[in-house]
Amino acid sequence: MIAVSWRQFRPQAIVGLTGLVVVAVVLALTGPNLVHVYDVNLAACRASGGQSPACNNPVGNTFHALQVTLIALVLVVPALIGMFWGAPLIAHELETGTFRLAWTQSVSRRRWLFVKTGLVGLASALTAGLLSLMSTWWFSPIDKVSQSRFGPANFGLHGFVPAGYAAFAFALGVTAGLVFRRTLPAMAVTLVGFVATRLAVTYWLRPHYMSPATLNAPLSGADVGFQIAGPGTVSPVSMVANAPDLPNAWVSSAAVVDSAGRAPSSSAVQHACPNLGAGVAPPLRVREGSAPSGGTRSASGCRRGHSSSSTTASPPWPPSTTSSWPTSRPTGSGRSRPLRRRSSWFSPSRLPVPACGSSATG
Amino acid sequence: MSAVLSARGLGKRYGRRWALSDCDLEVPAGHVVGLVGPNGAGKTTLLHLGVGLLAPSAGSIEVLGRAPSDDPAQLARVGFVAQDTPTYARLSVEDHLALGAHMNPGWDADVARRRIDDLDLDPTQRAGTLSGGQRAQLALTLAVAKRPEFLLLDEPVASLDPLARREFLQGLMEVVADHEVSVVLSSHLVADLERVCDYLVVLVSSRVQVAGEVDELLASHHRLTGPRHDVASLPRDQYVIEESHTDRQSTLLVRHENPILDPSWTVEDLDLEDLVLAYMGQAGGSTRKRRGDTPRNGVAKLGVAR
Amino acid sequence: MIRFHLDSRSGVSPYMQIVQQVRNALRLGLLSKGEQLPTVKEVVAQLAINPNTVLKAYRELEHEGLVGARPGVGTFVTGTLAPASVAAHGPLRQDLQRWIAKARRAGLDDESIEALFETSFRSSTQAEIA
Repeated sequence: MIAVSWRQFRPQAIVGLTGLVVVAVVLALTGPNLVHVYDVNLAACRASGGQSPACNNPVGNTFHALQVTLIALVLVVPALIGMFWGAPLIAHELETGTFRLAWTQSVSRRRWLFVKTGLVGLASALTAGLLSLMSTWWFSPIDKVSQSRFGPANFGLHGFVPAGYAAFAFALGVTAGLVFRRTLPAMAVTLVGFVATRLAVTYWLRPHYMSPATLNAPLSGADVGFQIAGPGTVSPVSMVANAPDLPNAWVSSAAVVDSAGRAPSSSAVQHACPNLGAGVAPPLRVREGSAPSGGTRSASGCRRGHSSSSTTASPPWPPSTTSSWPTSRPTGSGRSRPLRRRSSWFSPSRLPVPACGSSATG
Repeated sequence: MSAVLSARGLGKRYGRRWALSDCDLEVPAGHVVGLVGPNGAGKTTLLHLGVGLLAPSAGSIEVLGRAPSDDPAQLARVGFVAQDTPTYARLSVEDHLALGAHMNPGWDADVARRRIDDLDLDPTQRAGTLSGGQRAQLALTLAVAKRPEFLLLDEPVASLDPLARREFLQGLMEVVADHEVSVVLSSHLVADLERVCDYLVVLVSSRVQVAGEVDELLASHHRLTGPRHDVASLPRDQYVIEESHTDRQSTLLVRHENPILDPSWTVEDLDLEDLVLAYMGQAGGSTRKRRGDTPRNGVAKLGVAR
Repeated sequence: MIRFHLDSRSGVSPYMQIVQQVRNALRLGLLSKGEQLPTVKEVVAQLAINPNTVLKAYRELEHEGLVGARPGVGTFVTGTLAPASVAAHGPLRQDLQRWIAKARRAGLDDESIEALFETSFRSSTQAEIA
C-alpha cells in the first residue's frame, strides 16, 4: 500500500523536491556572501566605535529581493501544500470515482486512508521543515541584527513552525476534501481556512500562551512622542511611547501611563501642553528633529513648561524591518500625575531588560 | 451449490427515495447472472451493496456466505468493476498491475501479464489515453487477476462500441471457463446478456420482478394467441404478465407451471428480450387487471438453488 | 478442427445449434472419428457464450454417443451417426415427397404447406411433453 501511495504521490513529490533543490542551490550560493557582508560591516562598526554608517542595519539591504522572496516562500508553502497535496488526496478519488477501484481491492479502507495520509502528511511536514531550516540558516546574519525572531510574524517563519503549519494545512486540506468531495471547493476552503487560522493563532491565541513581563520605566526624551488625530475623534491629542528595544522579544504593548496604570486622557494632555501642535493640520506625529520651528508650536516648547509632564522628543521611527510590533493607543481618562512608560513583552527567556540602544552585538 | 449472493428484504434509501426496496434474491453459485433493468432501477445500488461500498438501510445481504465488509479477506474473494470503469488516468497499464499486485495478496501476475499480452495493450501507455474498450479490459484484468470467487460488473459494456463489446464478453467468458468464477453482470440492454447469462434477475422500479435460470424462464413463459378470452377464465397456475385484446383476438404473455393444454391457443416461444420487456411493462405502472395470486411485489423465484 | 457459429435469430437455442453443427459436420464428413472438438475455452472465446452452454452441448453429444471426453485432454469424436438413422432417411424422404405432392393437388400453396407442417410438428412435440 505504501508503494501504491508513493506512486500516486510521485508527480507532486517531484515538484516539491525540485523546488527544494532550487532553493537550496540559491541559498547555498548567496548565504556565505551574506555572512561575509555581515562580518565586514561588524568589523567596520566596531572599528569606528559605533559611528560608522555600517552600524545601521548592515545586512538589511543585501539580497533584498531574495529576502522578500524567501519570506514569501516560507509563508506560502504551507498553504500550497494544504491546497495541492492535502485537498486532492481523497477528493480526487471521490470525484473521479477511482475510490470504487481502490476500496474493492484487498486493502481495508482504514489502512488505505492511514497510509495515504501518513505518507503525504509526513512529506508535507518534511518539505516545509527543510525549507524553513534552510531559510533560518540563511537569515541568521540578518536575525542577529534585527533581533526580532520572537516577533509575531517572524516567529512563524523560522525553525519548525512552518512544518507544523504545513502539517495543519495538509490535515485541513484532507478534511475539506472528505467533506466537499470535490477538489476545487476543497482547495478554496483550505486556503481560506488556513489563512484565517494562521492569523487567529498569531494575533489572538499566541498572546495568551504565557503572561508577558511588564516593566514601568520613567519617561525619557528618547522614548515618547505625541500624536494629533483629526478633529472629531475621541482623543485628538494623545501620547505615544516608543517600544523598548529588547532583543528577540515580542513587545505586545508600550504606552504612557500614570502611576495608577492608566493612560493620560486627551484633555489632560491638552491642559498640560495647550499649544501643542496648534495650527498644525492633523494627523501629525512630532519628531523632534523635523518639527517646524516656532517655540510654542513645538513639542519642546511644551515640554519646558511642565516639569512633570512628559517630554516629547522621539527619534525617527525605525524604518521598516523584518519585525514590527503593535503599540496601544491610550484612550482612558486620568488625572495629571507623573507619567511613566510601561511596556510589556514576551521573551523566549526572561532576561532582565538589557541596555537600550545596543545593537549589532551578536 | 450454495448461494453466492443472497438478500432478504434488502433496501437502500437516499433521503426519502428508496433506490432499492424489498429485494429478495438467492443467486446460486457457478452461474453468469444477468441483472437487467432500466436506468435508475437500482442495479448499481444492488451491486454496490454487494461489494460493501454501501450499507443497507433495511434488510440484509450476504455475499459468499458473509456480509460484505471492510475485511481484507472478504474483499479478496470478490472482484468488482464499477460503471464507467474508473482507472487512474495518469498511471500506466503497468502501474495499474503493480497497484493490483501490492493491494492484493492473492494476485496472480501470470494471469494479469497473459491477459495484457493477449489484448495487445501497451504496458507503458497511460490509462487516460486508452480507448473505452481497452480501459474496460484493463479493469476486468485487475478484477480477475486477484483470483476472486465472485465477480460483479456494473454495466461494463454500456458505453462500448459493438466490437469492443464483443471482445469484452469474449474475454469475460474465457475467464469464466478458466477460473470457475460466479459472475453478476448488470446491463440495461438484454441483447448483451442473452448469449452470456444463464441466470436472470429483472429489476424494475427498485424491486425484483423475476429471477431464475434462463432455461427455466424460457420454458415457463410463452405467448398465447387465440380467440378473445376473458383473463379470469384461465387456469389458476397461469399468471398473465402482459395482455392485449381486440374484439376478436387475445394475445397474452403468461407464466405457467404446467403445459398449456387448451387447444384454442397458439403457443409461441419467447426470447429473453420479450420476457424482460413484458416484466418491465408490468412493473411500469400497468393498471390492467391481473389474474391470479401474483405476490405483493411481483417477485417470482423460479430458480432452484442447486 | 470444426469452427462453430451462432445464429442469434434462428430461434434455436445456442446449445442446440452447437449440437446440430457437430451432427451436420459428422454427416458431411468434416469431422472424423478420433478428431478433437474445440475446447470449451476456445469456443467461448470465439463466440462469447456461456461456458455452461458449450458443456451442455458436449454432454448432449456424449449422451447420443457421438463424442467422449478425456479428462484433462479434451473432447473427441467417438462415434458416427448411426447407420440406422441414415438408412431411415430414404423411405422417410419418399413419404414426405408424396405428402407434399398430395397437398399441392389439394390446392395448398407453399406457405400453407409450411404453416401446416409447422403447427402439426409443434403440436406433436407439445403432446410429447404433455
